[in-house]
Amino acid sequence: MESEGLHLNISYVGSCGVILSAEQKAALETSLVILQNNHKFNRVFLWGKILGVKNDYFIAQGTGDDEMTDRKTLYSLDCVTWGLLPQATQAIRDQCSVVKGRFIGDPAHEYEHIEIQKIGEGEDATEEESTIMIKEEDRLAAVVADIDEQVSIVPRGAFVKTPHGSTLQNRSFEGLSVTEAGKLHNYFHFREPVRLNEKTLLEKADLDKSIDFLDPIHEDIPKGSWSLKFERGSGLVTLTSLLWPGTTFYHVPHTRKYGWIYVGTGEKNKDLPFML
Amino acid sequence: MISAMEEPPASSPTAEDAKTNEAGTPKLGTPKIPPPTGTPQDNGITSPNPNIALNMAPKEQDFLNAKSYLLKTSIKSNLNLYDHLSRVLTKVLNERPENVVDVFEDISKDVKRSGFTSQTDTILDKVDKSTEVILAQVQKPLFEKNQEEAEHEGGEDEVETPLPNLPELMFYFEQAGIGMSREEMMRIFLALKQLVDNYPLQSCRFWGKIYGTEQNYIVAEVEYREGEEEEEEEEEEHETEDADLEKEDEGEGEGEEQEEDDTPKPDYKPPPVIPKEDNRTGTNKKTFFVCNEPGQPWVKLPPITPAQIVGARQIKKFMTGRLDAPIISYPPFPGNESNYLRAQIQRISAGSQISPLGYYQFDEEEEEEEEEGTRENFMENPDFEGIPVKDLVDPSLSNWVHHVQHILPQGRCQWFAPVQQQEDDFEDEEEEEEREEPDEPEPEIGPPLLTPISEDVEIENIQPWSARLSSALVPQYAIAVLQSNLWPGAFAFGTEKKFENVYMGYGHKYSPDNYSPTPPPAVQEEYPSGPEITETEDPTPEEEMALRAAQQEAMEAAEEMEDPEEDEEEDDE
Repeated sequence: MESEGLHLNISYVGSCGVILSAEQKAALETSLVILQNNHKFNRVFLWGKILGVKNDYFIAQGTGDDEMTDRKTLYSLDCVTWGLLPQATQAIRDQCSVVKGRFIGDPAHEYEHIEIQKIGEGEDATEEESTIMIKEEDRLAAVVADIDEQVSIVPRGAFVKTPHGSTLQNRSFEGLSVTEAGKLHNYFHFREPVRLNEKTLLEKADLDKSIDFLDPIHEDIPKGSWSLKFERGSGLVTLTSLLWPGTTFYHVPHTRKYGWIYVGTGEKNKDLPFML
Repeated sequence: MISAMEEPPASSPTAEDAKTNEAGTPKLGTPKIPPPTGTPQDNGITSPNPNIALNMAPKEQDFLNAKSYLLKTSIKSNLNLYDHLSRVLTKVLNERPENVVDVFEDISKDVKRSGFTSQTDTILDKVDKSTEVILAQVQKPLFEKNQEEAEHEGGEDEVETPLPNLPELMFYFEQAGIGMSREEMMRIFLALKQLVDNYPLQSCRFWGKIYGTEQNYIVAEVEYREGEEEEEEEEEEHETEDADLEKEDEGEGEGEEQEEDDTPKPDYKPPPVIPKEDNRTGTNKKTFFVCNEPGQPWVKLPPITPAQIVGARQIKKFMTGRLDAPIISYPPFPGNESNYLRAQIQRISAGSQISPLGYYQFDEEEEEEEEEGTRENFMENPDFEGIPVKDLVDPSLSNWVHHVQHILPQGRCQWFAPVQQQEDDFEDEEEEEEREEPDEPEPEIGPPLLTPISEDVEIENIQPWSARLSSALVPQYAIAVLQSNLWPGAFAFGTEKKFENVYMGYGHKYSPDNYSPTPPPAVQEEYPSGPEITETEDPTPEEEMALRAAQQEAMEAAEEMEDPEEDEEEDDE
């Protein structure tokens, strides 16, 4: 959700239970402007909020020239002072995937994870326990990266890939029509495409190279992991992810207004297959 | 320049047009159509097309050639580039977008696209009502004053209404960053007003909102006025009677079959059905109404049965938003989504509805009457003086109490002793229920009403409640906010004398571990296994031979043995 016009944007997701108190809104409007200036971002997004047991993390993202790759993530506990999140490397993400339970709300908190390794084979195998300490800050970075990868979405046509390979906002995007907005294949994962490369030439024949360069979400597994709802009749489309409960995407049909925000506990819904 | 660009679209892109342009060559020297490059006039030698422009400068000739090429109509689309370019440039110059070179292709595409849409529609101008309009029409009555009220207006006898001051309560929640947009809240408020006007209610409360995959539920918690519920109860009784009849039918059917076919009777006896609690007591103390959008009619949820609570504890399903949707799950849930929703509402209420200590107190008269059972009625304490906010956010949390009865593993609030002793089954499954279960096997006893929430059990090292102030900057005016970690989405706020609970979530209990459905029971044995029915291996020919030989030997031996006996016998004789 773009920080510009935050008070308007946030009202679109109010029906999904996402609101900010007046104090938070005021603080964010001040601090995000300073943030944009200090880090020389083109655009700043309010990424969302991760609810901790003791405190909540506010997450913001800033983008540079390339909307997809040139992206930095920052977090704050009080909406005023922002700290840069460490880069979530694959190693960190793998390590943090073992942590379960809620976030605490203290970046310096360390989770203890006991890993049992088997040494030797057959009857001689001995189990060795090694304790790994995982910092909450790292886990936060990993979860943010996971959510970005799995549920960050944009409507079709909102971004174009230029012949130079960079991803830019499509200036002639005029929003989806109401009927088109009700179809899942008009929403794309905003990440480097994964499934697109696996498609056959025949499947790719009808795609527009500058627009259809991302993975559409209707192929997500399991089917039904997105819940699409029309609010206010058809004046607003909201898409909520059931895989990461708390992810809310909104789009006002026929306008350029779209965005998404995550407000949740930062835990993936692993029970999804049983719940549909 | 602009006029030059605007001219060509008026002309039709045909070959004739090209000719007229060519015919009008003498005028070309005028600035109306300036040549693309270079100076307009230059005396040169020859031209490749002598019969048209013998008296023409070669540059001019080049220009003409280029233009006629551009005016060539495509045989596929019947367009020509000249007109197209001029239209595009006209659009650019009229609209003057910034950094136009970046979006030039898109503008070109737009112009082409606009050529294809038909401007006039021959079909009758009948617009289908969009869903937006339909909803707006549904919601319009909310904003209309009803007649009776208009008459009463100004009268001094203001009747006490059970309608809560929702805007005020939501204002507090908004400070904590919980709730919904104000417009939606106002609509819900008006919808609650409608509910209060249409039903004889004693109390009414906005319970919360449960998100579904297709639609959301707005839930109102009400209590009927004394005696006014009879009519509705009768209806319910009919329903239950019907249900009973159905059950009986089923039973009879089975019986007949057994008699006719003489099939073996299963020795499984279903555990006794635990009766549901009466209205106004226990799990059915409150009645719940739901609707999907404010303004739509409120639907009353059916009363809950213990079996549904027990069933709901074993499954985890997303609500769809349709009350009649079936619940497809294992173990099978007795009922459809309305029953599941009702069960979840009751569980959430029992787990997360809290009030400041001392706000409610037990009715002393009733206390004496109900010494045996657990006390379930309480009243507002008129002498409640309020608890300072600072104490409300105290991490010990001893200043908050549950005011909804704990649901026993049995699925009731009051223990019901079934005829046969079957509780063990229930208890195994329900060890992790809302609050700590005392280790007494029977009857099940839950924590009494108005137990402080500090007694709640932890969820794997996570405290069950988080308390915080709504503002860190101005703590003296902040309010206390409590957030349930067991039921994510359940919140409570408290100020000096006011408090309220609300739930906004998916209606699922939190568990750090994965949900794993109960495994299906082991396959039943068809018959008891024993040596008499165990299949033995066939003997090999060698074994058979050996056996036969052995038998023969035995026979011979026996004959030999018999002979002497016979002899002896003969001797005896």
